[in-house]
Parts: sequence; structure tokens; C-alpha cells
Amino acid sequence: MNLGEFLEMGGYAVYVWPSLGLVVFALVWNVFAARRLHATARAEALRRLAAGGRP
Amino acid sequence: MNWTWLHKFASPPHAYRLAGRLAPWVGWPAFALIVVGLYGGFVLAPPDYQQGEGFRILYVHAPSAWMSMFVYATMAVAAAIGLVWRIKLAHAVAAASAPIGAWFTFAALATGSLWGKPMWGTWWVWDARLTSELILLFLYLGYMALRASIDDRDRADRASAVLAVVGVVNLPVIHYSVFWWNTLHQGATISKIGKPSITGDMLWPLLTMFLAFTLYYGAVMLVRLRAEILRRERDATWLREELRL
Amino acid sequence: MTRTPASAMLLMYRRDLVLAFRHWDQIAQPVVFFAMVTTLFPLAISPELGQLRELAGGILWVAALLAALLGLEFLFRADHADGTLEQMMISGQPLALLAIAKGAAHWTACGLPLVLVSPLLAVSLGVPGAALCTVVVSLALGTGILSALGAIGAALTLGLRRGSVLLSLLVLPLAMPALIFGARAIDMAIRGEEAGGPLLLLAAMLVLAMTLAPLAIAAALRISAE
Repeated sequence: MNLGEFLEMGGYAVYVWPSLGLVVFALVWNVFAARRLHATARAEALRRLAAGGRP
Repeated sequence: MNWTWLHKFASPPHAYRLAGRLAPWVGWPAFALIVVGLYGGFVLAPPDYQQGEGFRILYVHAPSAWMSMFVYATMAVAAAIGLVWRIKLAHAVAAASAPIGAWFTFAALATGSLWGKPMWGTWWVWDARLTSELILLFLYLGYMALRASIDDRDRADRASAVLAVVGVVNLPVIHYSVFWWNTLHQGATISKIGKPSITGDMLWPLLTMFLAFTLYYGAVMLVRLRAEILRRERDATWLREELRL
Repeated sequence: MTRTPASAMLLMYRRDLVLAFRHWDQIAQPVVFFAMVTTLFPLAISPELGQLRELAGGILWVAALLAALLGLEFLFRADHADGTLEQMMISGQPLALLAIAKGAAHWTACGLPLVLVSPLLAVSLGVPGAALCTVVVSLALGTGILSALGAIGAALTLGLRRGSVLLSLLVLPLAMPALIFGARAIDMAIRGEEAGGPLLLLAAMLVLAMTLAPLAIAAALRISAE
């Protein structure tokens, strides 16, 4: 099966690839969002420690 | 029964560090398994005799749907533990899990819709499983909305915990009712998102994806948990050490 | 003098009813809302009774559901505001039982009027006379379930700003099973079929709600009121 046929997905391409794309996006986004949340929480905690000693 | 070991484990510094060490060990295998599973499902597996290449959506739809329910159950168990034993860490686990579960639910609905369109002609069908997923999404959103509306963190934790437990008790009732409702209007029902009859080389990528998504949830939840712990922590000493490190 | 829990419940029930009936307009509002929402459907769909009859079960149930949601916000609000709720919590009486009493009073003042009005509205949607009994039973059980589940939501959202919208969001998914069977029972009765099955399921849900909900309500009240 060549690349063209593979991408065509037997005519279902317009359903299959967006599905995959959507799920991959969700997976990537969640990782990104979680890491960003952690980074923000770290920065906040550091700031509070510096400011008054009580987090 | 002496529960001090549990309370020690659940202490914030321990949990924070453990989560930090554990996350990569869960996350990288998850990534690898996702790659392997997707390759197996999208490249290696033969096309289905009825649905052709279209059935490959199963490889992302089914794991998402499974995770949407698994995460809700985990969330509810964590919430219950937090309520009964008053362990803040358990509440933090529940809070960390909710957005992940909601995303899985959304992914299940969207991929379900994309799968249904070529098979049955419409972008949405009130199929029992899709409708059940939709209601699950409402439950997730309600949980997150309740948390967001309460400023006091303790009250937010405990109120949303009650809601999660009420939700999980209701889930079987909802699922059964929706299933029954659906059969009424279709007669003998082939579930609309029909399971293709699965052969061995179609099955292993699916199982791989299930495992991969479960590990993925674990990893992302652990990272969110670390953020939650930081946000909740009052005792400065361990934080100082930990963060200056 | 220490009261038995049963007499405390009765006292709570009567007190709440007396308070509710002091404000007739608050009792009338959900009823009028019910009638108005029911009227929206013929306007939106068709005046043709034949068509409305097909949808009557669903229309009546959705309208009753929304009307019942309206009254829930006030279930604990007044008591929370004037400190009665705290008194209830420290009274030594089991909070879950007091919650049952309050819920029962709420149903009597809010749910029961909806049920009493329902035959009229059903007739206006073309429901045949033989089915009216099922309409009443279905809605009686349904509003009961809603009072129980809704009270959980009311307790969780006590005192929150925009609490009423949030309350609806929380309660509606939980109410969907009752909606499915309740509307179905009415539809079956309209078609002349025996509606016992769904009605029994509805009754079972009511029993389940009445046994489990008070525990959740009591827990939620303690969480919200401190």
C-alpha cells in the first residue's frame, strides 16, 4: 500500500484523520496544560515565600 | 487498624516528591505505547470487512470512552477517600483528574460523531453509548463548575466530593435508563457505533491503546497533582527546601 | 424536653408548610411557570392536538422538571440566612431526618401543586382521559424524585452567587433517568398500553432517592454551612 492510498483511508480520510488529529491534540494539550499549571504554581509559591514566609 | 502509614504517605512533601519521580516513569512508557498502538492500528491492522478503513477510528474512540469512565470512577473514589478519612491529598487527586477526564469524554464524543457520519449518515445519533457519554460530560462539567464557584478550598473539596459520589452512584442508573430508552425506539438494536468483529491483529493495538491511555492519565494526573499540592500548601519549611533545590 | 426524632420531623414539616403558605405567590409561581412552559410547545410546534399528543409525555415532564427546579433554590436559603440551619445542625436531632422533613414540606408546597394542575395541562395537549391517572402518578413520583435530588444540589450550592443556574446544571443530569421513564409511562398510557413497568421503576427510583439522598443532603449541609 503506497502513501497515497494510506492517506486516502479507503475514502474515509476526512473522518479518520480529523479523529486522530483531535485525540492527539487533546493528549498533547493536556500535557502542556498540566506542565504550565505546575510551573505557575511553582512561581506563585516562590513568590509567596519570598514575600512573607507564609505560602 | 493503624492508619499512620497512610497519613505519612499522604503528607504533601512525600507526595510531591514521589509524584515528581513517578511521572516520567509512567509518562514515557505511555508515549511509547501510544506510538506503537497507533502504528499497529492505523498501519498494520487489516481493514475491516464491513467498515473498511473507517473502523480505525475505534483505536482512538474506544480508549477515550473507556478512560472517560475510568477517570470518573477514580475521581469519585479519591473524593470519597478524602471525605471519609479527611485526606487532603485525595481531594487533590480528584481535582487533578477532572479536567483530564472531561477531555477524554469530549474526545470520545467527537470521534464518535466522526465515526457515525460515514457509517450512518448523520453527524449525531442518539445512540445509547453516545448519549451516556454526553451525560457523563455534563457530570464532569458540573463537578468542575461547582469547584470553581466555591472560593473556600476546603468547602470546594468537600462539596465537589459529595457531588462526585452522588454522580458515581447515579451513573449505573443513568446508563441503564439511557440504554433502555434507546432500545425502545430502535427495536432489536445493533449499537450504532458497531463493534467490528475483531481478529487478533486488530485486537492487540486496541489493548495497547487502552493501556497507553491509562498510563497517560496517570502521568498527567501526577503533574497536575504536584501543582495542586503546591497551591494548597501552608507549611513553609518543606516548600522552601523543595523549591530552592 | 428532648423530642423523639419523629416528632422533631413532624414539627419541621409543619413549620415549613406554615412558612410556605404564608407566601402564596411563591407557591403559585412554579405552577404558573409550568403552565406557561407547557403553552410554549403548541406555540412553537403546532396547535394540532394529534401532533401534541405524540409529544405530550415529554412536554409535561420537561415543563414540570424546569418548574420544580425553580423552587429548589429556596429550600434552605431562608434557614441558612437567619441561622435556623445552624440550630438544626446542633440540635442533636439527626440532620438527615430533618432534611427529609424539609424535603417533604418542599414537595408538598412546590411539587404537589404541579401534580394537581397537570391533568388540566395534559388535556390541553390532547391527552385522552384514560391516561390522566398515569399523568398524575408519573408526575407525583417524578416531582418527589426531583425534590430529593434537587435538595442535594440546593445544599451543595447554598449561599453561592449564581447558585440557581449551577443548581440546575448539577441536578439535571441526575434527573434524566426519571425523565426517561416518567415521560415514557405517559406516552404508553396515551397509546392505551399498560404503563405499570415504567411507573414501578419510577417508584423504585423514588424509594432509592428517599433513602440515600438525605445522607448526601446532611453531608452537604454541614459542608456548606460552616
